[in-house]
Amino acid sequence: MGRFKKEGNKGTPDLNMGSMSDIIFMFLFFFMVITTMRESSLFVTIQLPKATEVQKLQKKSLVVNINIGAPKDVAKLGNEPRIQWDDQFANVEDIPQCVEREKTNHPENDRNKLTWSLKVNKETKMGIVTDVKQELRKSNAFKVNYSTLKTNK
Amino acid sequence: MAKKTPGLNTGSMADISFLLLTFFLLTSSINTDQGIQRRLPPPLQGDKATEVHKRDILTVLVNMHDQIMVNGEILPDVQLLKDKTKEFIANPTNDPSLSDKKLTYIKELDKEEYVSKGVVSLQNDRGTSYEMYIAVQNQLTAAFNELMEEYSQSHFGKSLHQLNEQQLKGVKKVIPVSISEAEPVNYGGK
Repeated sequence: MGRFKKEGNKGTPDLNMGSMSDIIFMFLFFFMVITTMRESSLFVTIQLPKATEVQKLQKKSLVVNINIGAPKDVAKLGNEPRIQWDDQFANVEDIPQCVEREKTNHPENDRNKLTWSLKVNKETKMGIVTDVKQELRKSNAFKVNYSTLKTNK
Repeated sequence: MAKKTPGLNTGSMADISFLLLTFFLLTSSINTDQGIQRRLPPPLQGDKATEVHKRDILTVLVNMHDQIMVNGEILPDVQLLKDKTKEFIANPTNDPSLSDKKLTYIKELDKEEYVSKGVVSLQNDRGTSYEMYIAVQNQLTAAFNELMEEYSQSHFGKSLHQLNEQQLKGVKKVIPVSISEAEPVNYGGK
């Protein structure tokens, strides 16, 4: 009977590739959403000063940020400038400890390459900055960067 | 009857979107920080303070009212600090009141050069604003950068960033960035 007629060399049918790009895009968005830039939220107001002779910081993984400025929550914390290290306020006396902790977070041969980036509000008085610098010196953290914005004037 | 439009081959669409993805991955950089980089001196041990001749020191004082004093003279504007520093370090006329120079052999350049012995001593009060401090640091950095640029132009006929690594090292030795920050004092209070 001719009912199950064999069709000669049928081959595999073509896959529809049209939706592949959608799948890739979905991947992209998935990873975009799931990765969060670990940028600790600031508790202090920081307006960086401007400078012309700026250098770019080379390796972002070897930079430790130290934020200094008046707290945002003026009602609770007053407007004396405070130090924010990572996600919490620190006192000047705590800095050697924080430096140590930061150093242990990095592999041993990177520890001397760490740059300590001071992000200081431009209105801040130098007193607290000097204190921080002194503490950094004492804890063998010598590579300092004064974070600024770039201007051409 | 209208002819049916043939289907587009969309198989390569995935490749295109991957290409786009990788392109943006590579070209976009999370905004990197920039700023003025400095090296703090190691903490003082005993009284190991090196002696520097008086004429070799350019004292820059900044008080709590953000006023600047350079070697005993009040500077009306920060912008003037750059030229003042350049003049002091370069000392083109060999003025005995400006910094002294010493003939030093520079290994990287394989020749002898006059290297200024000048040191800029920066001292600020606890009451100085950070903005002024950065402005001063910026002017000092600009002075040294311009001196290096000038040296590079006159000796190699090239801009500083066109030099090779060894030449750059040499230039940095001819014009060392010698900014010393004095141990802090407290005159004006917080």
